[in-house]
Amino acid sequence: MRHVISVKVENKSGVLARVAGLFSARGYNIDSLAVSQTEQEDVSMMTIVVRGDDRIIEQVKKQLNKLIDVIKVSDHSDHPSVQRELALVKVATQPAKRSEVYQLAEIFRAEIVDISLKTITLELTGEPEKIDNFIELMRPYSIKELIRTGRISMNKE
Amino acid sequence: MKMTGAEIIMESLKKEGVEHVFGYPGGAVIPIFHQLFNAPFNFYLARHEQGAVHAADGYARASGRVGVVIATSGPGATNLVTGIATAYMDSVPLVLFTGQVSTEMIGNDAFQEADITGITRPISKHNYLVQSVDELARIIRESFYIASTGRPGPVVIDVPVDVSKAETRFDYPEHVHLRSYKPVYKGHPLQISKACKLIEQAKRPVIYSGGGVISSNASGELREFVKKTGIPITTTLMGMGAYPETDPLSLKMLGMHGTCYANQAVHDSDLLIAVGARFDDRVTGKISEFIPEARVIHIDIDPSSVSKNVRVDVPIVGDCKQVLAEINKLVKAPEIGEWIERLQKLKAENPLTYKDSEAKIKPQYVVERIYALTKGEAVICTEVGQNQMWAAQFFEYSEPRTFISSGGLGTMGFGFPAAIGAQIARPDRRVFDIAGDGSIQMNVQELIVAVQHRLPIVIAILNNGFLGMVRQWQQLFYERRYSQTCMSFAPDFVKLAEAYGAAGIRVEKKDEVDAAIEKALAVTDRPTVIDFRVDREENVYPMVPAGKTIRDTITRELL
Repeated sequence: MRHVISVKVENKSGVLARVAGLFSARGYNIDSLAVSQTEQEDVSMMTIVVRGDDRIIEQVKKQLNKLIDVIKVSDHSDHPSVQRELALVKVATQPAKRSEVYQLAEIFRAEIVDISLKTITLELTGEPEKIDNFIELMRPYSIKELIRTGRISMNKE
Repeated sequence: MKMTGAEIIMESLKKEGVEHVFGYPGGAVIPIFHQLFNAPFNFYLARHEQGAVHAADGYARASGRVGVVIATSGPGATNLVTGIATAYMDSVPLVLFTGQVSTEMIGNDAFQEADITGITRPISKHNYLVQSVDELARIIRESFYIASTGRPGPVVIDVPVDVSKAETRFDYPEHVHLRSYKPVYKGHPLQISKACKLIEQAKRPVIYSGGGVISSNASGELREFVKKTGIPITTTLMGMGAYPETDPLSLKMLGMHGTCYANQAVHDSDLLIAVGARFDDRVTGKISEFIPEARVIHIDIDPSSVSKNVRVDVPIVGDCKQVLAEINKLVKAPEIGEWIERLQKLKAENPLTYKDSEAKIKPQYVVERIYALTKGEAVICTEVGQNQMWAAQFFEYSEPRTFISSGGLGTMGFGFPAAIGAQIARPDRRVFDIAGDGSIQMNVQELIVAVQHRLPIVIAILNNGFLGMVRQWQQLFYERRYSQTCMSFAPDFVKLAEAYGAAGIRVEKKDEVDAAIEKALAVTDRPTVIDFRVDREENVYPMVPAGKTIRDTITRELL
């Protein structure tokens, strides 16, 4: 099953390696990972998306809690949460097809952040599934480059 | 007052009450050793850094205090790795200082540089790279705290050489502030009362006690618990000594080479009370058939050990000592007369035995004689393999911290340097290293340390000319292809001992065994190596093959 795990950590060097090590030691590939500061300067939040056996993920969560620099671990897979991701998509568009791209972008509320003779770059934020759908629709226009931030997640009150 | 980083290390060690330091100098730690020269610690110069860390480990296990090691950067630090992993697996508190190249050189492939915090990350409880001398005192304070609290473990402090030389005001923090590290010691009262209820209703309960009881010094509480409830008790390899094995309620060790009655009792139990043990695969065998009918109470300080391998009915996260004390206040004895009777019968019918011989020296006989001639009061360290299992089976342990062995990692070469540390911790006791001819060669260079410090350790080599445990597996499961396990090319251990200035004795006949042990016990100013030429193809029984069940137990009679 896919798990979205939030790990609140001390904002110190080496912490990311410790956290990542618990997954890599089991041969688990992290689907996505986002790290940044929180409302407290000395605390960072990591949002990790990983697929794995539930029992083993449970064990990983316990071991994450055991790390000295980890303050809190929560699994957002089984709790209502707001999940967002940002993507940048650069498509190689013939001038004739540009208006189609504009229309799709408008429907998805994607912003055009760069435009050149041969390409359009779009920025899109939203739930990861929305971004998946948008990317599918962009494929016929020849995607030259695609980057996603990885999801961030916050539990709903 | 301003101090250098190196001076701060010395002052901090004094504040922590450190008496003994193990280690080896090198380029990146010269400033530290410069201060160590007239510091009030007993320093033990190992002959290989692995010897230093195992000795600190043996010291920590025998004394219950934190073991301290200092080694240099690069190869000095990497030579510690096996020892750190050994201590981590067996939850032994150590603080290890490693030198590091100068801060501005880190990451440049400098001479004797190794990323030791990266290397030790998965095998240490925590580690630090000290980036400024200003944080050094706090880091040392935290390291001792982290190493010795909760589930203990090794902590590595990597000190760049410029940090050792830089100056700052020394201020040793009185308190540790770690918002993210707060071990839970007190068990949840509701869980404790639930556990007591289960215990009172049990018909076939067994206590399964592990290393956590030793490290939390809960032997007294455990004994009281057994006394109050009358429940039979088996221990893991790491838990031996917490309860006297000579007592009728003791089922001795369980697991792969445990007693048949301990394994049968656990299998047949309706309630398993796990205390400071972690359901290791060497204990459970095939996990799905380990305890088909039992409910489980699991007391452990490490939440990640609970429900890891087996389903637990009443988890109690807390310190074994505190939780057992609470349980002892509440618990009532269950009615288990019939169960005890059945187990006593089982015990009488399936004793640990071996087929003794007059022509050959049986390794088990040697262990039995060490037990008899030391009146069971020796501290026994072991290497890993057959020697370890025979030492576990044929010596009866009655006190905690008297059996010292690498359980989790199974490190050959651990026993002898650990015996050095144990002898330093326990000058009042005779310390034995029960060794094999393979294992002893892995850290035999440390002999000179024992000679230098006049430590009267007895190294009893059960010399069968084989890597015996692997050979046993090859015999039983790999068509007797003794691939690379025959060690018939070996040094003359007596001459080797003498070359180091130790005493050496060779024993080739059974009737010489007692005299040799007595002669070794009479030597009090240096180590003695006894080369026991034992039966070459003796096996360790009983044996539950890896991943199998007790129905698959191999005993001597079956072969």
